[in-house]
Amino acid sequence: MADVNFIVDGKQLTAPAGTLLIEACKSAGIEIPAFCYYPGLSLQAACRMCVVRIEKMPKLQTACTTPVAEGMVVQTETPEIAQARKATLQLLLGNHPLDCPVCDAGGECELQDMTFKYGAADSFYAEPKNHREEQKWSPVVYFDRPRCILCYRCVRMCGEGMDVFALGIQNRGSSSVIAPNVPAQMSPDDLPHVDCEQCGMCIDACPVGALTSGTYRYKTRPWEMNHVATVCTHCGDGCKTTLGVRSTSDGSEIVRGDNRDKSGINGDFLCNKGRYAFDFANHEGRITQPLVRQTNGEFKSVSWEVALDLVGKKFRELRDTRGGKSIGVIGGNRLTNEEAYLLQKFARTVLGTNNIDHHRTADYVSFAQALAGQTNRTASLRDTLTAPSVLIVGGDPTIQAPGTAWNLRTNVRLNRAKLYIANSEPIKLRRQAKAFVQLSPFGYSALTSYLAGDDASASSAASDATGLSAFRDVVKSEENLLILIGSELRGADLRKLIAFGLTLPGAKFALLSDYANSRGAADMGLLPDMLPGYNPVGSSSPLATEYTANTTSGSLAPGLDMLEIFDAAGKGDLSALYVVNSNPVARYGVDAAALKNTFVVVQEMFLTETAALADVILPAANLYEKAGSVTNSYGDLQQVKKAGDRAGVRTDFEMIVRIADKMGTNMRALVPFGKGLRADMGQTRGAQSGEADRHSIWLTAQNLEPRLSPFDPLAILDEIQRLVPGYNILRLQLLSGNDQHLSPAAPAELVQITTRRDLVLPANDSLFTSGTLGRYSTMLSDLQHNESLRPSSLLTQIQTAAD
Amino acid sequence: MPALVSHPDEVKVISRRFGMGAADIEKYIELDGYKAVQQAIANGPAWIIDTMKASGLRGRGGAGFPTGMKWSFVPKVSEKPKYVLVNGDESEPGTCKDHVIFLHDPHAVIEGTMIAGLAIGSKLGFIYLRGEYRYLLKIVEKAVADAYAKGFLGKNIFGTGVDFDIITQTGAGAYEVGEESALMESLEGKRGVPRIKPPFPAVVGLYGGPTVINNAETIANAPHILLMGGEAYAKLGTERNGGTRLFGISGHVERPGVYELPMGYSLRKAIYEVAGGIKDGKKLKAVVPGGASCPVLTADEIDVGLDFDQMGKAGTMLGSGGIVVLDETVSIVEFALRTIAFYQHESCGWCIPCREGTDWIKKTLTRVYNGGGSRKDVDNVQYLAENMMGRTFCPLGDAAAMPTLGFVKKFRKEFEEYIDGNRAGTPLITVEQLVGAGH
Amino acid sequence: MSTVANSIFSPELAARFDHLVTIYPLRRSALVPMLLYAQDELGYVSDAAVAEIAERIEILELDVRNVLSYYSMLRTKPAGKYNVQVCTNISCMLRGGYEILDHCKKTLGVGHKETAPDGVFSLEEVECIGACCWAPAMQINYDFHDDLTPEKVDVLFQMYRDGQGKDVK
Ligand SMILES: Cc1cc2nc3c(=O)[nH]c(=O)nc-3n(C[C@H](O)[C@H](O)[C@H](O)COP(=O)(O)O)c2cc1C
Ligand code: SF4
Ligand code: SF4
Ligand code: SF4
Ligand code: FES
Ligand code: FES
Repeated sequence: MADVNFIVDGKQLTAPAGTLLIEACKSAGIEIPAFCYYPGLSLQAACRMCVVRIEKMPKLQTACTTPVAEGMVVQTETPEIAQARKATLQLLLGNHPLDCPVCDAGGECELQDMTFKYGAADSFYAEPKNHREEQKWSPVVYFDRPRCILCYRCVRMCGEGMDVFALGIQNRGSSSVIAPNVPAQMSPDDLPHVDCEQCGMCIDACPVGALTSGTYRYKTRPWEMNHVATVCTHCGDGCKTTLGVRSTSDGSEIVRGDNRDKSGINGDFLCNKGRYAFDFANHEGRITQPLVRQTNGEFKSVSWEVALDLVGKKFRELRDTRGGKSIGVIGGNRLTNEEAYLLQKFARTVLGTNNIDHHRTADYVSFAQALAGQTNRTASLRDTLTAPSVLIVGGDPTIQAPGTAWNLRTNVRLNRAKLYIANSEPIKLRRQAKAFVQLSPFGYSALTSYLAGDDASASSAASDATGLSAFRDVVKSEENLLILIGSELRGADLRKLIAFGLTLPGAKFALLSDYANSRGAADMGLLPDMLPGYNPVGSSSPLATEYTANTTSGSLAPGLDMLEIFDAAGKGDLSALYVVNSNPVARYGVDAAALKNTFVVVQEMFLTETAALADVILPAANLYEKAGSVTNSYGDLQQVKKAGDRAGVRTDFEMIVRIADKMGTNMRALVPFGKGLRADMGQTRGAQSGEADRHSIWLTAQNLEPRLSPFDPLAILDEIQRLVPGYNILRLQLLSGNDQHLSPAAPAELVQITTRRDLVLPANDSLFTSGTLGRYSTMLSDLQHNESLRPSSLLTQIQTAAD
Repeated sequence: MPALVSHPDEVKVISRRFGMGAADIEKYIELDGYKAVQQAIANGPAWIIDTMKASGLRGRGGAGFPTGMKWSFVPKVSEKPKYVLVNGDESEPGTCKDHVIFLHDPHAVIEGTMIAGLAIGSKLGFIYLRGEYRYLLKIVEKAVADAYAKGFLGKNIFGTGVDFDIITQTGAGAYEVGEESALMESLEGKRGVPRIKPPFPAVVGLYGGPTVINNAETIANAPHILLMGGEAYAKLGTERNGGTRLFGISGHVERPGVYELPMGYSLRKAIYEVAGGIKDGKKLKAVVPGGASCPVLTADEIDVGLDFDQMGKAGTMLGSGGIVVLDETVSIVEFALRTIAFYQHESCGWCIPCREGTDWIKKTLTRVYNGGGSRKDVDNVQYLAENMMGRTFCPLGDAAAMPTLGFVKKFRKEFEEYIDGNRAGTPLITVEQLVGAGH
Repeated sequence: MSTVANSIFSPELAARFDHLVTIYPLRRSALVPMLLYAQDELGYVSDAAVAEIAERIEILELDVRNVLSYYSMLRTKPAGKYNVQVCTNISCMLRGGYEILDHCKKTLGVGHKETAPDGVFSLEEVECIGACCWAPAMQINYDFHDDLTPEKVDVLFQMYRDGQGKDVK
């Protein structure tokens, strides 16, 4: 839109016509107070805090609803305005409990801030305040009515933002109250509850302490925490989250997950898992000492030295006696890229095996192959917020990738993006869709053929032939279409769908997977037939060449995949199995007996089904307790920072390095640490003690990492950057906590399409589960239990709520 | 059934058919009914709007906006259907004039709705009555059904090829729903919370379509105006205040009732002559001249003409035409409390100044009334009311603040004496009662 | 048209509702009148009524409750067979509205928003009901009674007790 000129507080400003005055002022650094206004949600004009004086208008006007206009002259801070705001605050405080010293929001409360600013703390009311008991609406959402200032942010957040509509406004006048969707009289315990997705977005939006979180309430005060910006460990969206950390006797504890950094990849959003499910770290079943199985079958705690010695010795012996090909390695979906890369490098160059795999939740190999040689065809999560049109084939983002679903809803709401959905289930996002085709069960393959022009497949794709045909027509007419693909599409189907999409001008693709670093695991080559960056094993890529040079035994042929590894074990052909942060025994229903002649080493937090079969268990740190990087489903790379800490555990990175060391490996070949270091470490500045230390701090602050030790993940990142196609990382971008989009596609000249085994096994997580890890989150268990109390979930009812 | 009154000074336009059985369609037709609408069809929208403009008719709902002008604001072409909405929510304390129209002359409302529809190019009108008016709803429903039966409503009305439908609707107890945009919300099945303006209803109204909303009396005037001509109607009143209007005179007068008086008629005469003077020979203390929202006039301020402009100059408003008369025995403290209690109960709660302001004024005045007040409380009440004025989301906040300010400013001495004398009112108004009719 | 199976309402009312949702440009417009008519039949708006109305209008029960709780004529608890609503607003107050209310309280033995044990009468103090010129006024089941005196009230109550009261529902 055309720009208009206007004057605010004497400053000449310009903004596109139609911009709300409050936003235009914000861009110019003029902050106008607001309780009810929330960017992106509908306008309310209810709190009257944002009043300003506009020339020629008889009354004060609300900046949150007034669009800027040519020639407008505005005052935002005059005595008259200050008085209006002060009076409004006085009215609010009249009934406000003023329990700031114990309130969770104390220190981060918009009401507190405003009261301070406008000096409205004096109350001249003699009447008693209305007191109401706090209500527990769910394990994670608590409501303290007297603190509520009725800004309706929560109501809009839940309805407009989440499309859940679990919160309403009831009664009227001074009896008005925010009410959840399960009224007391309809609830087994006679208390009101909220039946919803439990995302906690309402809490996030609440400007005061009226809505508080079950995990955080009354635990600490905001200023007693350190805040660490990192990436959520749960689904494949990779939301940026800020963890509030407090020190404890044996490390540091995460007490809060929130989304202060609204400029992250997830914008305003965090789902329940990102917000609450960090408590697994403190689960009572957490293993904090290495365990070694004794001859009587029992585990015994041993020192790290003993455990690592044993593992190193045993791996070396088995490699040397039975050959690297007798060893299997399984990596996890929640390792950092650095760890995943190191693990496969360790497998391939130290253990001498390509028998390496991970639990695959999407077919990234076919995805990379289908996009080989293309540029600008992969989408970032950020594109879901801006793409003019989006096609979703398969998947159910609302449940599997809540951040994606949030962005899509926002995009539809604010930008009128067109959403087209083809799914064999009536997924919830269809409520925002311009067109939805319900596919026949297993109709995806037929759909891809149909889209590609094979009209004969129509009947196998969907029963509604006209709908399907209209759907294809409208999708084909779209430019710059974003195509989101669920894990249902694999192999040939996936390639066919992408081939179809490539015929549309400007179309971009993303393949959705299930865990924080599922994409990274594939990109980093936790695959028996693919080296990092989808370089086929045995090919002549620089990476393959460099690996072969370092390799002890034949890594030129693809190794065993996940199922073959266990088959080999069953046949007695697997001498050792090294499992890093994965639970294949439960996931693939492996028969315990299969592993009885295999030396099993498991790096884990808990005694999982897999760990229970181990000979050695090494207690591992989780993603919130380490540093590195992860790549989300879309290929967006982000930095992971250490937030929590637990005495006794080590990062997977460190354990791999130490095992390699115990095996007598040339460490500099495995982790290129200390290389090319030119930094002056302070020696030249005299012998003053502490000087070197200070210098190292300076280097860190300048993002010049010293990489002094083989335990430094950044050392391996250098190698990833050098060798893995597509990982041409911008360091500054990464280290300053920003996301960057990478498109690792298979090197076109090396793609050989072979019929690979379909090993994709979707996680099938619900909103309240998160693989094996989620089982150890008390909060997620509580939420599952909470959900089970109301089997006839109101969530199903909302399918008719649109209006 | 409410008694009809009359007085020689009355000029009967809208009340012409009152008491004549005009709720019956045959009778209505006999008394020139449904002639105006046929003229309107024949002469077209421009003629209707010109006639309405010439009549000087100003909205009878309270704000007094010129009706012809309002109708002319509706865009000629619109993608969305246009609507006519008749505001029969009549809930302003002291007001019962629409009550009488629905009772005695429902067809005039129907015919007026059709005329408004023709003027703006709408094919659907709504007549919204407050929920308490159930028996009136039945009368209006019957009248609508009779009009359909005659072919006056529906497809091809009067065989002219024009279509027009009317839906009758009822509220369920909420003063705020009388506010035009809240009324639209209510009619769309929502809470009666007003909408952000702009856009104004004439552009984006009911169901997002351009909408003309008028008070029932305003609408019922339209057929009369078309029949008698705009200028003739205008001449009955004063400059810029055309015609006559229904005044409901209630409270301490000898002959309370709804009278039709020309605009500009003297307030003093209305009280002392038309309504027969103060009841039981007592002395006049004050008048709330246009429904509870209007600032009070003291006994010496009643030499003023009853039109929008003169009342405005006198520092009050013509409002809904509900004149409430207070004799010397009335305690202003009690009256102010009862007034604010109403607004506290009826505030929709959307915005902070009104929701909290009415609540605190009520609480403070309750304490004062019950004998626990201090002089500071009067200042506080004034401070609260002053800080509500012009700062709320809709005019209900002003409607609560204006009378409050009137009482504490004009009768400050009485408040102070009340407080100083440690008086406590006969506990007529208990807190329990005031907490509410509603919740 | 979604006619509801197993309606909790009488066949007449159910049929009326079936029709009501079809006449408006938007189905939801039928909500407020439906709540009122449901209350007229059931005596109050029960949870079951909320559920059925939500289904008929195709909105959430929460939405129905949001609206229901806004309007002061709607109630979620039963009232007496005859609900006496006495206006005490300004015009009525000036002409004895509070005396009428007190008289009702005494005669019926109940307070504001209470129902007599026999369930025949319930009492409510209400805001202006649009009968100011005929004050003091009250409504009993929508029927207006004006120019009241305590004696008139006694006669009225007897009439209702005798089953002679008008029911305008
Ligand atoms: C709080 C409030 C209550 C109102 N109540 C009514 C009412 O009951 N009846 C009415 O006609 N107008 C009422 N109005 C005025 C309407 O908003 C609107 O101005 C009027 O219906 C327009 O019609 P008119 O131009 O014919 O007067 C009210 C306004 C406010 C702010
Ligand atoms: S709970 Fe919080 S967000 Fe919701 S209305 Fe109250 S103050 Fe606003
Ligand atoms: S959407 Fe995914 S990444 Fe984002 S907070 Fe939820 S689980 Fe974590
Ligand atoms: S002024 Fe505010 S709270 Fe009062 S009725 Fe209007 S919108 Fe509602
Ligand atoms: S922010 Fe503008 S009124 Fe609340
Ligand atoms: S004041 Fe009682 S009916 Fe209006």
